Amino acid sequence: MATTTRQKAGWGAANAVTFVVIAIPLLWIASLSFKTPAAITDPSFWPAQWTWGNYSGILTNSTFVRPLLNSIGIGLIATFIAVVFASMAAYAVARLAMPGKRLIVAGALLISIFPQISLVTPLYNIERSLSLFNTWPGLIIPYIAFGLPMAVYILAAFFQQIPWQLEKAAKVDGATPWQAFTKVIAPLAAPGMVTSAILVFMFCWNEFLFAISLTSTTSARTAPAALAFFSGGSQFTTPTGPIAAAAVVITIPIIIFVSVFQRRIVSGLTSGAVKG
Amino acid sequence: MADMVLDQVTKRYPDGTLAVDKLSLNIADGEFVILVGPSGCGKSTTLNMLAGLEDITEGELRIGGKVVNDKSPRDRDIAMVFQSYALYPHMTVRENMGFSLKLAKTPKGVINQKVTEAAHSLGLTDLLDRKPANLSGGQQQRVAMGRAIVRDPAAFLMDEPLSNLDAKLRVQMRLEVSKLQKRLGTTMVYVTHDQTEALTLGDRVAVLRAGVLQQAAPPQELYERPVNLFVAGFIGSPSMNFMSGTLDSGGLRTPLGDMPVSGSLRQEVSTASREVIVGIRPENFQDPSLVSADVRPHGITFQATIDVLESLGAEKYVYFNMDLGKAKYVTELEELARDAGRADSGAASETVVARLDPATRISEGAKVQLWADARALHVFDPATGRNLSVAAGTTASAAGQAGAGAAGHGAVTPSPTSAQTRSSAATQ
Repeated sequence: MATTTRQKAGWGAANAVTFVVIAIPLLWIASLSFKTPAAITDPSFWPAQWTWGNYSGILTNSTFVRPLLNSIGIGLIATFIAVVFASMAAYAVARLAMPGKRLIVAGALLISIFPQISLVTPLYNIERSLSLFNTWPGLIIPYIAFGLPMAVYILAAFFQQIPWQLEKAAKVDGATPWQAFTKVIAPLAAPGMVTSAILVFMFCWNEFLFAISLTSTTSARTAPAALAFFSGGSQFTTPTGPIAAAAVVITIPIIIFVSVFQRRIVSGLTSGAVKG
Repeated sequence: MADMVLDQVTKRYPDGTLAVDKLSLNIADGEFVILVGPSGCGKSTTLNMLAGLEDITEGELRIGGKVVNDKSPRDRDIAMVFQSYALYPHMTVRENMGFSLKLAKTPKGVINQKVTEAAHSLGLTDLLDRKPANLSGGQQQRVAMGRAIVRDPAAFLMDEPLSNLDAKLRVQMRLEVSKLQKRLGTTMVYVTHDQTEALTLGDRVAVLRAGVLQQAAPPQELYERPVNLFVAGFIGSPSMNFMSGTLDSGGLRTPLGDMPVSGSLRQEVSTASREVIVGIRPENFQDPSLVSADVRPHGITFQATIDVLESLGAEKYVYFNMDLGKAKYVTELEELARDAGRADSGAASETVVARLDPATRISEGAKVQLWADARALHVFDPATGRNLSVAAGTTASAAGQAGAGAAGHGAVTPSPTSAQTRSSAATQ
């Protein structure tokens, strides 16, 4: 029993350290966002005087609101397209014996490990000549390109777990291949689709490099990039408070997104499909 | 309702594996046909080809007179029950059963009515709103059957539907499948590796080995008149005893003793003496004291030392060792045992199994007299595996009839029906 108690204490300590390391900076940002501009340099953890000023400031300012809408729009569109295509590609990878399958998988892996910075200059030039620079599609397309491989990998693993016979059963029941996919396979792969959707959305939401390089105005600039362009109330004030408030604001959708869908991710939907 | 005709159907996989080789089988409308064989014999592949889940490499498949080789499963009007049941886990029992009707755009009222009816007949009424995960194995199996019944298809295909159930439930469901097929009168093709299922269920049983059809016949005929060594060894439990033998003018010499053979068999193989494999089923042995005097001359009595005696109440199994001369056929017999899925039974062992009347007083370890029925012997050609006792009867009677016909009418007589040849061969 002594070891158990000791183990418990050990794990507890490790958990506590991890939590503190992760939580302190987050709480610090939250705390900063409630401080008045004058109190930014105040070293106390909790603001002496709470204010909503930073929030009301950024939420009435089009240099943040517009990028926030851009982020939501670009993120949702890119995620939707990436997951739809990825589910079809993953299905093919998992289920069909086709020539070049390994090449596709290897190619996807290669893309996902490709350093983005090396693509910034060519993409900048390409998008300028195609008039995609500083537009939504100009960001959506590269986001899809980087989101797809990740989604294909996750979904292929899910499709491989779905019993092959379910599809046969659907075919015998009179389903076309498309119906078998949409009515039987896709619903069963829903946890995989949600998982990959969350990851792709988070990637789009957090992405900074392309967002700052391929945009020039708030018409397409996303929130993380917009943060970098924040300026203080005057030339000599640092915009620490508004940045902190904006950081908190852009964290909220992710928290909502994950807490809504985490149950679906966890639930094993395929249980009971086949015996044994 | 439809008949199904497999005409020289062949399945070759892209890697060159031949799964089914020129299989021809006519399945009549309303017939219950069993495909049986060891694993890897091509029975499931055949079923999948019938369903349209696998392409046919060569040959023709006709359902209801129409060639359906290139038809997708949805255009064949067949229902299938899978070994794993393959229930849709995200749908309730009701949705599972109604799925095919929904795809066929059947009005909702009709779907509801059909599902309710089918559920009632299978005792699933209380479970209609459950998900498959919350059902027992037996209930899942019923739902899988229900899903097939609801559609009222031209034919049912069953791929080892009972193999995931425990033994007791399996027997119960076997009865229900049999009743169901009789009630619906729908053509049914049923795949199994379990010979008990095969023999008890089917109107006709087709035995496959390595993609080749060995014999398709009613269960009793398959048991009594197997066409070759494989069918003889595969059908029956405990399986047929094999031993070496020599066939010459004096009769059939076996390790048990010299057996009288019927005239037709001797005629067929007489001229020189010939090596053969002799097969005798366990129930064709008997305690001589229990054999009536008028039957006894039809067999021979020999001596054996009983190794093991198993009393099962209604019957007694005795095992005894004997030099069966199996060594020279050990390769063939081992291959056979492996193909029949009985690798553990020891093809090369020199043990004979006999099933005796429970009234026998024979005891373990005793040296006793046993009687073997010579009329029930099967004689196989070691090279081809052909059952000479069956073939001999057939050809002998066919030749006799043809000869008589030609003499009597001076005209060519049609070849005798298989039923005639069967009966004449069975009596010899």
